[in-house]
Amino acid sequence: MFLSGISPNAFSLISVILFSVGFTTLMLHRNMIKKIIGFNIMDTAVYLFLASKGYIEGRKAPIITNGVHDTAAYINPIPAGLVLTGIVVSVSVTALMLAITIRLYERYHSLDIDEISLRSKKDSPGRSKYSKQFNEPEGEED
Amino acid sequence: MAFIEDLVPLSIVICLFGGIICSAINGRIARRLTITLLGFQIVMNALVLGYTLYLGHEFVYVMGRFPAPWGNELRAGCLEGLMALFFSVIMLLSVTGGIRGQDDDIDPAKMNLYFIMINLMMSSLLALVYTNDLFTAYVFVEINTMAAGALIMIRRNGHTLVAATKYMIMSLLGSGLLLIGISMLYSITGQLLMPDIKEAVAKINASGEYAIPLTVVIGLISVALAIKSALYPFHSWLPEAYGYSTASSSAILSSLVSKGYIFLLIKIFYRVIGLGVMVDHKITNILFIFGIIAMISGSISAIRQTDVRHLIAYSSIAQIGYIYMGIGLGSMAGMVAAIFHIMSHSATKSMLFIAQRGLVEVSGGSKDFSDLKGSAYRNTLAGFAFAVGAFSMVGIPLLSGFTSKVYFAEAAITSVKVKMWIAMITLAVSTILNAVYFIRAVISVYTPRKMEFKDPMYKPARTSAAALVCFVLLNFFLGILSYPIAYTIQTGLGAFG
Repeated sequence: MFLSGISPNAFSLISVILFSVGFTTLMLHRNMIKKIIGFNIMDTAVYLFLASKGYIEGRKAPIITNGVHDTAAYINPIPAGLVLTGIVVSVSVTALMLAITIRLYERYHSLDIDEISLRSKKDSPGRSKYSKQFNEPEGEED
Repeated sequence: MAFIEDLVPLSIVICLFGGIICSAINGRIARRLTITLLGFQIVMNALVLGYTLYLGHEFVYVMGRFPAPWGNELRAGCLEGLMALFFSVIMLLSVTGGIRGQDDDIDPAKMNLYFIMINLMMSSLLALVYTNDLFTAYVFVEINTMAAGALIMIRRNGHTLVAATKYMIMSLLGSGLLLIGISMLYSITGQLLMPDIKEAVAKINASGEYAIPLTVVIGLISVALAIKSALYPFHSWLPEAYGYSTASSSAILSSLVSKGYIFLLIKIFYRVIGLGVMVDHKITNILFIFGIIAMISGSISAIRQTDVRHLIAYSSIAQIGYIYMGIGLGSMAGMVAAIFHIMSHSATKSMLFIAQRGLVEVSGGSKDFSDLKGSAYRNTLAGFAFAVGAFSMVGIPLLSGFTSKVYFAEAAITSVKVKMWIAMITLAVSTILNAVYFIRAVISVYTPRKMEFKDPMYKPARTSAAALVCFVLLNFFLGILSYPIAYTIQTGLGAFG
């Protein structure tokens, strides 16, 4: 009974579960790389949700074949467009996050955000030499 | 006159192209180019504002001339024009005011990258203001987030790196929620353009179908934008991000980035879901409560700060609370007050950040109040601007902060009894708390004790002096001649429906 109510929405259900897995990982995990993986799982879950909503049972991809112009023969192309846009966004955010992670690792030799944040509190920037900061070699304090 | 309608997409695109050009040129030229472009932005958005006021109604620009269900739309009414004009003015002043700070903090070889980010930020802000399509809004929210992250960490030290990381993580949580919220809304309404969604939502709400998904969507979108604009429980990234990045970045982050998201939220309230539906789902009450907590807790944390940058940063948390309190009142008057406070807080906070840089400059680079003593005598203009900003935040008459507090109080009086009392009492308490730390800061800046940093050769940068003068004038303008602005906001919100 319960399951039969769920089955038409199976994809939505799975995508929401995946979303929460990704969300919690991004929020609570201490390892930067795992955070980024969590972020990707979260976004992918949304794409699954969108794609499953756009799909209509028994219809084809919206490319006109054999001269069939009737819209009833094809699925809705907009969700696919949204998914593509979303993928572009999440790829660029992932690239930025990975770049930050590399910088953090070069400076603090750690991927653990809590530890990094503790160590950064011991740095004292901007107190002594205001104008020469960018000349400091990276990771000098370590 | 039709060419003015083309200025709306042009203003967005011109900054995107500015960003691309900046990647290929040297830092100083990139700065000149950016400042010129921002000047153009002011002219273009002023024309748009004037045109919408002259028309008396909004206009919709259809991108690529594809009609509604296929194409993407931009919408410009007088409120959008006003916000876009205001954002470009603040952006220009923040960039010019912090020129010396940029030279000091940013590696000259990477200076052009900074201006790429400024351009991207500007175009994404304009797109957030003008867009009529929810998914486009999401894309530009992400561009805004990435640009903001880069603006924080362009000054290369450990603190800004960690701050940028924390900011990005928080923001990504927010954008994830926003994305799934928009997807769910799309799945229950089948529309992406704001007016179409609103029609569908009204039907859904009347029929009672999808009641739970609609509540979930409203919750997701509101929480997402609250996270992104650093409302109280989500503010942990803010002090570090504002406290350690270069002065221009702090000014831009505090006065534009978070405000862009709040404006988007207000737009969603009015143009996507409908204010009535929002109030029915009690989301305004939740925002109200967190706004109230933010007003108090932000100020209490600010009292404990000895570092001028952190003091201003914590005060931002309290001010964001004010704005959400206004939204939470759930009435037209509350929204007008919230939008007016968006403007007044942007003008004041960016001025404080730029002025603070001028004071720190003459105190041996220290941001600690013990070293800042007497700095207002060493850099008189920065000291004066800092005092004006502080008084405006406290709410001294004639300044913008006072006027927005009056609007909040007026809005609170007309709302429900419980909310009225809570809002009034919190306004009073938070004004006193503001006074405690800001007046103390001003006094310490004007205490002539330490003169060891005195440098007879010191000259304040001409650009930052000009920016500070403009900021002070803007503050007095918002404080004294607030009526036309409030009227424009009200007309614009009325046209939102």
